[in-house]
Amino acid sequence: MKRLLFIIQKEFIQIFRNKAILPLITVAPIMQLILLSYAASNEVKNVNLAIVDQDLSSYSRRLVNKIRISDRFSIIDASYTESHVLALMESGEVDIILQFPPNFETEFLKGEDISLRIQVNAINGQGATIGFSYLNNIIQSFNQEIQGEVKGMPRKIKQGGIEIEHSYWYNSELNFQHFMVPGILGELVTILVMLLTAMNVVREREIGTIEQINVTPIRNWQFILGKMVPFLIIGMVLLTVGLIAGKLIFDVPMRGNLALVFAFCALNLTAVLGLGLFISNLVDTQQQAMFVAFFFVIIFILMSGLFTPIESMPEWAQYLTLPNPIAHFVEVMRKVLLKGSDFADVMFNFRATVVLSIVFNTLAVMSYRKVD
Amino acid sequence: MYKIFVAFVKKEFYHILRDRRTLIILFGIPIALVLIFGYTVTNEFKGASIAILDQAHDELSREYMLHLQASGHFEIVGNAYSYEEIEESFKSGEVKMTIVIPPDFGQDFYRGEKTKVQFLADASEPNYASTLINYASQMTRKFQMEKRGNQKRPFQINIESRMIYNPRLESAYNFIPGVVALILMLISAMMTSLTIAREKELGTMDLLLVSPLPPLIIILGKVTPYIILSFLNALMILAMGYFVFDVPIYGNVFLLMGLCILYLTTALALGVLISTKAPTQQAAMMGSLFSLMLPTMLLSGFLFPISSMPALLQAISTIIPATYFIEILKAIMLKGVGMEVIWFPTIILFLMTFFLLGVAWKNFEVVSK
Repeated sequence: MKRLLFIIQKEFIQIFRNKAILPLITVAPIMQLILLSYAASNEVKNVNLAIVDQDLSSYSRRLVNKIRISDRFSIIDASYTESHVLALMESGEVDIILQFPPNFETEFLKGEDISLRIQVNAINGQGATIGFSYLNNIIQSFNQEIQGEVKGMPRKIKQGGIEIEHSYWYNSELNFQHFMVPGILGELVTILVMLLTAMNVVREREIGTIEQINVTPIRNWQFILGKMVPFLIIGMVLLTVGLIAGKLIFDVPMRGNLALVFAFCALNLTAVLGLGLFISNLVDTQQQAMFVAFFFVIIFILMSGLFTPIESMPEWAQYLTLPNPIAHFVEVMRKVLLKGSDFADVMFNFRATVVLSIVFNTLAVMSYRKVD
Repeated sequence: MYKIFVAFVKKEFYHILRDRRTLIILFGIPIALVLIFGYTVTNEFKGASIAILDQAHDELSREYMLHLQASGHFEIVGNAYSYEEIEESFKSGEVKMTIVIPPDFGQDFYRGEKTKVQFLADASEPNYASTLINYASQMTRKFQMEKRGNQKRPFQINIESRMIYNPRLESAYNFIPGVVALILMLISAMMTSLTIAREKELGTMDLLLVSPLPPLIIILGKVTPYIILSFLNALMILAMGYFVFDVPIYGNVFLLMGLCILYLTTALALGVLISTKAPTQQAAMMGSLFSLMLPTMLLSGFLFPISSMPALLQAISTIIPATYFIEILKAIMLKGVGMEVIWFPTIILFLMTFFLLGVAWKNFEVVSK
């Protein structure tokens, strides 16, 4: 026990003495949390629009005005010919072109079949669909408005109708940051700890200090545990600071039991630490360690449900998220903080992470060779 | 001098090639990334789990449910019988949306009365929730039209829409350029920053510096193998995009290659700059992680639209090389345009490269003296 304490003490001294690492495990993650939470939004807030108005009628002007006052669109250019705005789309300055054909108004009033032409830059398919639907909504409501003004419009026959009423639970304002902050925090804590541990043992080996440890009467498990505890503590501190920052800056709701969050974090970190140490034992240089760790990190992040929902992945890929500790952490953070889910609701994640923890740590202990 | 340089590059190459694991990672990461993005990272959804609270239990409500399920967008995983049950299923995450059908649903509808369907969505995930509600609303309207028999109404503005550059809305069109930019940045900048920091950490840099080789040759010699490797990587990703995910290259391939090399140089300059600053590999890694990889992924417009970001982040995105390179790639590959359109981002990349090389050079002179 005493030996273990000494090792832990030594690790802490080593970490705090390292001036290059210190800011990176304190300031940088919090900065990232803030930055990422602002950046990581799939919302389409602003669509750049160009208008080709060959009608120049009161209707076309009214519709353009309606678009202008909606806060989703910026009208970049209005022109009479198409070629000019197509060039703007080519250079990426314009996302959508709305074109009024000549005689739009007169033909509309005659009740003839007319259409507006919309061209969308669809390289980003999702953004294009959303932008198009915003514009479509404005046009539909404009259409209703002018239909009411037309004389001779047939009176509506009395017909049953399905009215739709919707409500958004847990996040009625659809605040994207409330969704992202818990997830990003879970991701940051996991990755920082994984990268640090992955490089740790191999660093000792590379700079030769491992020899000195090897000649001491320390046992494998003591060595591994001694390496783990400091990082576990760092991870927990980071989680605490991150939660406070999330509350103060983004006012993230915390509906569930925070003890559950901390307990899961501790469990998750032991799993990640095991993986990090396993990587560290496996490789020869810090460079390799970093790249192997990176390989996992990238896959873990992209397949964690942090940025895109797991439910949308093909089924085989959904199974691949099971051994991903970040996926579980992100899910637990979001469920407990935003929805107030209790232990029973996240039991599956707990079980899965216990299994991961056992597997990774067994691998770590087994792969550590004190004497080569 | 040239002979010495070639010999030095050869030596560095051997170092890399001998290290199997690094090599696997070097080519494994890009392949994994392209496959992950291509097959799993998607915002479209199919088979979203929904529940129904059916208070009517009549013919129409059953038809309505079948209609929702038939689209393939929804999978009805259960029936709820109370609002408490709805809450439970949201908390456990089994259900994303519940549809509440009122009593007398069919009766009211056929009698010509208004009847009200409620959509309750778990909006802890805002985008998913609003997309679900949009889909369900559209399908409900369609259901209603079908039930009434389709009547064409006059005074209707039609919309003729065209999705240009990506008519089938393939997400690969968007992510392949992003992955190329990310990978080139990762490999060229991070690898070089690490190799140089490694020499420093192990003390072998001093040996190199006292050798008769000029410092410039040393740096170039270290960097050249990574230029070649990352260029190979870029070609591989573009080929995968083309053959596996059908991403076209409409523009001039040589122009594309040339600008890839320009961007590589920018990335390498960044790597060298970091390594002149970082005392250890760990510091170099953390430095490149926070200053290169994350900004490239998040602020370049690769994953999230720049125009939706707050002003400060938009400003930051203008100093990230990948922002310009992604613009260039999309222009050449998907729009099939040339220099006449992309001269501006190209000039910016040139300026960035010169600036970074200048700073790195200055730093290096200080370090080597």
